[in-house]
Amino acid sequence: MQLMTTIAYLVTAILFMLGVMRLRSPATARSGNLLAAVGMAIALIATLIANHQFAALGAVIAAVILGAVVGTVSARQVRMTAMPQMVALFNGMGGGAAALVSVGEWFVPGHAAGAGAVSALFTILIGSISFSGSILAFLKLQEWMTGRPILFAGQRILNGLILLFDVAWAVVLLVHGSSAPTSWLGLLLIGALVFGVLVVLPIGGADMPVVISLLNALTGLAAAATGFLLGNNLLIIAGALVGASGTILTQQMSRAMNRPLMQIILGGFGQIKSSAA
Amino acid sequence: MPQHLFVELYIFVLAVFVGFQLISKVPSVLHTPLMSATNAIHGIVLVAAFTVAVSVHGTLGIVLSTGAVFLATLNVVGGFVVTDRILGMFRTRKAAE
Repeated sequence: MQLMTTIAYLVTAILFMLGVMRLRSPATARSGNLLAAVGMAIALIATLIANHQFAALGAVIAAVILGAVVGTVSARQVRMTAMPQMVALFNGMGGGAAALVSVGEWFVPGHAAGAGAVSALFTILIGSISFSGSILAFLKLQEWMTGRPILFAGQRILNGLILLFDVAWAVVLLVHGSSAPTSWLGLLLIGALVFGVLVVLPIGGADMPVVISLLNALTGLAAAATGFLLGNNLLIIAGALVGASGTILTQQMSRAMNRPLMQIILGGFGQIKSSAA
Repeated sequence: MPQHLFVELYIFVLAVFVGFQLISKVPSVLHTPLMSATNAIHGIVLVAAFTVAVSVHGTLGIVLSTGAVFLATLNVVGGFVVTDRILGMFRTRKAAE
């Protein structure tokens, strides 16, 4: 059983890489996406065969059906011009899932210890930032709120302090391990969620796709960290692949727009120059 | 540091290099579909969500893992369908020209 799962994961990793390769040319791009989807299906089926003694089978089945239906319908119904915010929304869901997985593992006795605890806390931080940041990006692009940059005094300092607090708090949790009170972990979660919102607030307009691409790369890293937590090589490969390609893609997108990447990201830390333009 | 952690780090580093190599120099029309497709690929956390849904205990664990399964399923299914639609638009636009 173990061997079959390992082989299935290897096939999936190969299909993911071939899929991304084919996505580099317009003629083969659609088949590349299909290859990646087939790879995903193989990995999921293999996982379900190996792990099906769910703590709550009914809840898992309901979650899968509901997720598949909502995902398909919303992806099919949405206008073509609304595609970027759909990508942002689905990306946020992935980040949230990674964070929830790590919170769940954190509470399983003996699972999140040593390097596992580092991976879990890293995933909770990055996944939550990606979750709230992506949802804010969705709200902005969907124009459910103003799409323009929102700036206020001391924004850069506030963002820096919150990030600093979050990293320091993660270290505190690391020292205490899973014996730390639940509310402590909640504080880390809330801090990361707030940081994700604050980082995307001052970014607007044409910069949004670049930020979504960056959040996409972050979710990839979160998935890879989940792989370290669970000792799952496929998650590490797929997550690293997305994290690395997402980073390069972000750079290329900002270059195509003739905007230095640092200016866009640091825009998240209080950009005054471009708001005047 | 345990041995398996080293192996995992090797795998991570190599996959990062593959990711860098794959995406260097792509035409800018493909930026959005590539972002969307890689977005779907990190939906692989669904595998993690399934795994955790087996090992958790108690109500909190069940709620957390079920939530993770739901969100990750959205990521996978929505991600691939959106990418397919974006790329389908490419083809029709090309045919019209």
